[in-house]
Amino acid sequence: MTDVTAPPAGRRRQPPVKTPLEERPIRDVEAPLSSPSATTGLLEVFRRHYLLRLLVRREISARYQGSFLGLLWSYINPLSQFVIYYFVMGVIFGLHQGVENFAIHMFCGIVIVHFFNETFSAGTRSIVRNKSLVQKMAMPREMFPVASMLVSAYHLIPELVILVIVGALLGWTPTMAGMAAMVASLVICMVLGTGLALMFATANVFFRDVGNFVSIITNFVRFGVPMMYPYTMVQDRFGEFAELYLWNPISVAVLLFQEAFWVGTTKDPAATAASNLPADLWSYTAIGILMSLVVLAIGQLVFSRTENRIPERL
Amino acid sequence: MTRPASIVVDHATKNFTLRYHRTFKQMAMAAIKRQDISDEFKAVDDVSFTIQQGESVGLMGLNGSGKSTLLKLINGIMKPESGTVQTRGRIAGLIATGAGFHQQLTGRENIYLNAAVLGMTESETRRKFDDIVEFADVGRHLDSPVGHYSSGMFSRLGFAVAIHVDSDIFLADEVLAVGDKPFKQKCMQKMAEIRDGGRTLVYVSHAAASVRKMCDRVIVLESGKVGFDGDVEEGIRYVRYEADEDQEELENEDEELGADI
Repeated sequence: MTDVTAPPAGRRRQPPVKTPLEERPIRDVEAPLSSPSATTGLLEVFRRHYLLRLLVRREISARYQGSFLGLLWSYINPLSQFVIYYFVMGVIFGLHQGVENFAIHMFCGIVIVHFFNETFSAGTRSIVRNKSLVQKMAMPREMFPVASMLVSAYHLIPELVILVIVGALLGWTPTMAGMAAMVASLVICMVLGTGLALMFATANVFFRDVGNFVSIITNFVRFGVPMMYPYTMVQDRFGEFAELYLWNPISVAVLLFQEAFWVGTTKDPAATAASNLPADLWSYTAIGILMSLVVLAIGQLVFSRTENRIPERL
Repeated sequence: MTRPASIVVDHATKNFTLRYHRTFKQMAMAAIKRQDISDEFKAVDDVSFTIQQGESVGLMGLNGSGKSTLLKLINGIMKPESGTVQTRGRIAGLIATGAGFHQQLTGRENIYLNAAVLGMTESETRRKFDDIVEFADVGRHLDSPVGHYSSGMFSRLGFAVAIHVDSDIFLADEVLAVGDKPFKQKCMQKMAEIRDGGRTLVYVSHAAASVRKMCDRVIVLESGKVGFDGDVEEGIRYVRYEADEDQEELENEDEELGADI
């Protein structure tokens, strides 16, 4: 009788053997109590550069996975564009007659436009595309648009190689001013592209229409920069209103890139620069960079305001 | 002996929007017919509790009671609309049975990526890589894309990575739902190790037996609200969606898990 201490179900109800809470070691956690979702936005992205590197590498390998030609596609794409534009604009419309080395002139534009458009549109789609990660892991989500930008920058390398080799064959030599122009041009594309991508990436989560909207903008960009036609043509047509054209940072970026790679291939670079590039290109560069930074700041603001709702809407 | 707080949830509320109409056309039609265009519901409703460092808490409740959402708030994937959630230290764990894996990448690549997201450095991952692989036990599938994995393998890999992170808080959401018996035992053992090492453990499960084994305290959620917070036995009794088959399952679980631990 005294043995019966528990009801029939008691065997199961007995607490199992485990170290009681009081006897467990107290783990020494140095970190303060803080919100687990707090991030510092873009700054956090660069603080966690190892993760960023992995994401970029993954994106590069994933983009061409299952394709036979693989990375070759990043050469084929711009080259095919080049051939089409050259044929239509140069041969059919005869635009290449007034411009020395029109092919290089145009290729400079293609490189910049391609870089910017890729950064913008891939960045816009990046959150939706990475939904398996976004829904289940806590991480600064700015990571994805930034990674998209870096992937696009990676694809810039083969294009630059082509440009430098062809340029060198035509007598181009690197100059300090040219390199500065190249850097400024790329900075504009990176900052503006990332800023716009941040702005549109969350919107794309709520309305997938945004992707379509972005492809319209990228089309505008393709025709709104001096790529298929020379800047001199804009000046001739619009006179003083051509200034407005230079308020588009991507136009400035293309002109800077032409200053870096195209001007040097012509017979008289100084004369080409004087006649084909706007005189105050560098002040427009400053304006362009400033505008891009403002867009980036707004993009970050929009992103942090709306990102809270991302996981539930994916 | 007072322990420092590890997780402090203070009047946290998380709303979800139910969207009835998504396209412009549908919304216009709904507006004309004066139907609701959207509706909100509270997935987590004014929840407050404090979990001490080293405590092991079982989170129970019916499907849809807000357990996973609460874990997402603790994990930092979501932010509460009102109220606050604060945590101390590094958090690792699994939300809703699977980790965030990239389908096209191989198991190996995903281990590195996942570990990086959870805050591990490259050298740390490399050091623990063999342990993770051994624990996940996916064999030669390690170098094939995780999209081709079976659901069991998928969750094993996720659990293996999460458990090897040197975290201060470990969140386990239905981890044992898809694993087979040997793997369940392995998981329980590993989680017991984590608990006894003084790490905070939040364990979501419908299996009363495993909660009893693992936890010192039970929090029960009922449609987003805290229905019960306290002793394990009482909590299990409180949550009892009790049926006879449940009892049986319980006994089986007891046997299989009890043998090992």
